[in-house]
Amino acid sequence: MSDRILGGVGLLLAAFFIWQATLIKESFISDPVGPKTFPIIIGLLVGLSSLAILLKPDSEPEWPDFSRFFEIGLTVAVMIAYAYALPVAGFVVSTAVAAGYLSWRLGTPPAKAAFAGIAISVGIYAVFHLILGLSLARGPWGF
Amino acid sequence: MDTLNALAHGFSIALTFENLGLALIGCFLGTIIGALPGLGPSNGVAILIPLAFTLGLPATPALILLTSVYYGAMYGGRISSILLNIPGDEPAMMTTLDGYPDGQARDRPAKRWRLSGIASFVGAFFATWGLVFLAPQLVKVALLFGPAEYFALFALAFATLGGIASRNQAKAALAAGLGLGIAMIGVDGQTGVPRFSFGEVHLYDGIDFLVAIVGLFALSEVFIFLEHRGTEKATGDAKG
Repeated sequence: MSDRILGGVGLLLAAFFIWQATLIKESFISDPVGPKTFPIIIGLLVGLSSLAILLKPDSEPEWPDFSRFFEIGLTVAVMIAYAYALPVAGFVVSTAVAAGYLSWRLGTPPAKAAFAGIAISVGIYAVFHLILGLSLARGPWGF
Repeated sequence: MDTLNALAHGFSIALTFENLGLALIGCFLGTIIGALPGLGPSNGVAILIPLAFTLGLPATPALILLTSVYYGAMYGGRISSILLNIPGDEPAMMTTLDGYPDGQARDRPAKRWRLSGIASFVGAFFATWGLVFLAPQLVKVALLFGPAEYFALFALAFATLGGIASRNQAKAALAAGLGLGIAMIGVDGQTGVPRFSFGEVHLYDGIDFLVAIVGLFALSEVFIFLEHRGTEKATGDAKG
């Protein structure tokens, strides 16, 4: 069943891809092939392989139980929140929180994970911003 | 032999204590940068350009330093490939396929690193000699490469992809199609028309290959680890 769902999603994606490809504006530069053709070929490739997966699925994979799914989902949520927090809270604070959370969930005891998060973010900030002069996202406290 | 005279002159400049020391430092820093997933040779050189200025180096030693950084980063990419199954940069992509499972199963990773280091050295050594002697001839061949030859090359690449991919060819084709689809995003190089940018200016320059492989490989490795944490498969299993 998992493979049939994958194939179905792939077919929808291929249809969306080809539909979007037909909406690409033609350029004033005349080109015999044009910018649309190759995306449509790729869309057909995705569609055909999805169809093959849909009709001839592999045996059922081993799915993790719900608690693991929740764990993975929470990790994804933290990473997305990190991307949104960067411009608001600045690099050092948001990286410390995200890296600390990840090392906690990857198996470090909480106190050590908090230390790891702070060490990673301050370390990256020191090396890349203070020494090498790259610009990192600046928060309300100036770092 | 013009080439050999030029080469001898080059060696007389390069083989000083100071320049060899700079090459060593550059290779060391480059290896560290290459080992960080997401930072490849070109980023490494770009990041360390300020270092060449702060050290106040003249042009030749600065170039030696940056070339060594490039070489070091080229090698460093495989450290994380073998140890973590996360490619450190684009060229190390393929090292994950056979370097990681072997590194886990049969040998300790250190042995794999040594092996790939020796392989890199031999490859780079012969390539450099080849460049010295064959460059004028190679240029003649390279200039013959037209659209038809490129098409044949890419056809060969995709055929190889089908050969090394999983048991299920349909899934390999789907993955290749998704990758090509991601590569379509951005301004078309031939006609200058934005494709799949949905009116978002940030998507005009496309999605960088490095961003895609770090997102796909590093994140999936983290997810596999989270899934198996606390079980006997916790070290991450390439077949997982």
